[in-house]
Amino acid sequence: MTAVVPQRPVGGRLVDQFEYGLDAPICLTWELTYACNLACAHCLSSSGRRDPRELSTAEAEAVIDELQRMQVFYVNVGGGEPTVRPDFWHLLDYAIGHDVGVKFSTNGVKLDKARAAQLAATDYVDVQISLDGATAEVNDRVRGTGSYATAIRALENLAEAGMKDFKVSVVVTRENAGQLDEFKALTDSFGAQLRITRLRPSGRGADVWDQLHPTAQQQRELYSWLLANGDGVLTGDSFFHLSAFGEALPGLNLCGAGRVVCLIDPVGDVYACPFAIHENFLAGNVRDEGGFQRVWQQSELFADLRSPQTGGACTKCAHFDACRGGCMAAKFFTGLPLDGPDPECVQGYGEAALAARDLDLATPRSSVDHSHTGPVRGQPTLLGMPAIPAKPCNESPLAGTGLG
Amino acid sequence: MTVPVEVAFDPGLPWQRARSVALRPEPFGALVYSFRNRKLSFLKSRTLVAVVEALAEHPSADAALTACGVTDAQRGAYVKALADLARSEMIEVRA
Repeated sequence: MTAVVPQRPVGGRLVDQFEYGLDAPICLTWELTYACNLACAHCLSSSGRRDPRELSTAEAEAVIDELQRMQVFYVNVGGGEPTVRPDFWHLLDYAIGHDVGVKFSTNGVKLDKARAAQLAATDYVDVQISLDGATAEVNDRVRGTGSYATAIRALENLAEAGMKDFKVSVVVTRENAGQLDEFKALTDSFGAQLRITRLRPSGRGADVWDQLHPTAQQQRELYSWLLANGDGVLTGDSFFHLSAFGEALPGLNLCGAGRVVCLIDPVGDVYACPFAIHENFLAGNVRDEGGFQRVWQQSELFADLRSPQTGGACTKCAHFDACRGGCMAAKFFTGLPLDGPDPECVQGYGEAALAARDLDLATPRSSVDHSHTGPVRGQPTLLGMPAIPAKPCNESPLAGTGLG
Repeated sequence: MTVPVEVAFDPGLPWQRARSVALRPEPFGALVYSFRNRKLSFLKSRTLVAVVEALAEHPSADAALTACGVTDAQRGAYVKALADLARSEMIEVRA
């Protein structure tokens, strides 16, 4: 392929510069492990079981050294549940000691009073506790029984330890979209900051997306809520597709995949974004020669993603400059073309595109799946209670023996 | 939310990139990051990058602007950019 390398403009808006990519990511997500004590119904990385090929402590340190050289000033650490890695606290200190700040996401399982005090005393670390319902009822249906109590206990411990600026991280779903004010109140009560993000049909999220993604009406309400509260609430680049309602929202209004963001997964694979764990978006591995820097700066996939979109249905839309066609991962995992509308396009083109899909074609699925294979304590009930295999002797003491 | 206090930026004073700030060159200019307040800012032109780096070598921000070839017509925009950087503590007055 003899691609014409697109010319980066000089000056102009930052968003136009970001479209052509940066020498190093601004915001890098690093999932340290696929192991997790929970089994959330919508887990974007299909986490559960540890991958035996997980990066070793030494390999993780080498990645941090490289990030320091590339001046990646902070990373978002997640999983899985990152704190279940025995070397998690060591890697946290190692990163901070090498000028790589850490913001990590956790369900709170390991944040007892001692750890909370340790974090409060550490500069340059941010914690976000995941919570997908402002009440236990709404949260636990998706994240599992007891997970609300665990998160609240962690929040209490952090607040009590005097931790500043910690976050409550919420994925907006059909079931919690009506609780935004409650989330804000709950977060405020801990002196924390609210962060809300978009549900993507990634990982196990694909299984529940039809059931959980916000309705068109809820999206409209979310947009209004963000316009009213957006400055005090973090969203990252989550909701730029809502900008097509009219006004640009605070935050980055651009798909940053491969341009300003990417994902390093627990085995060192580098994907374009945390919601795109699929071979189509795999750019390389940090264990390859040249390491992460070479993947970021030289992979063909990322070069492609840094070419501004010129064709496709969306470029002809009056709102294209506002939403830029929406989220790549959301399109991909719902079986829509990448240059077409987002499935949640607020102008309604997404619904039309979903209806026009060839239903004989299966939507793409990731081959990377670390979901627990057996029942998990407190398993989410969203998809119904797991069936317990009937034991023959429940019926009759002689059942199954041929003597009944 | 608290309203940030407007600190007047005086281009007649000697300035420098804050000691807690790292500068990462990018094709469009640079990214600056404060390890102190964890804020990220963008220098949207290479000339602005040159100005920020030159601050420490000149008796005033005005002199740095002149040395970097900033014209009178551009000066207002550059002074505003420096004032924004001063407000977010990316640059500081030299003692």
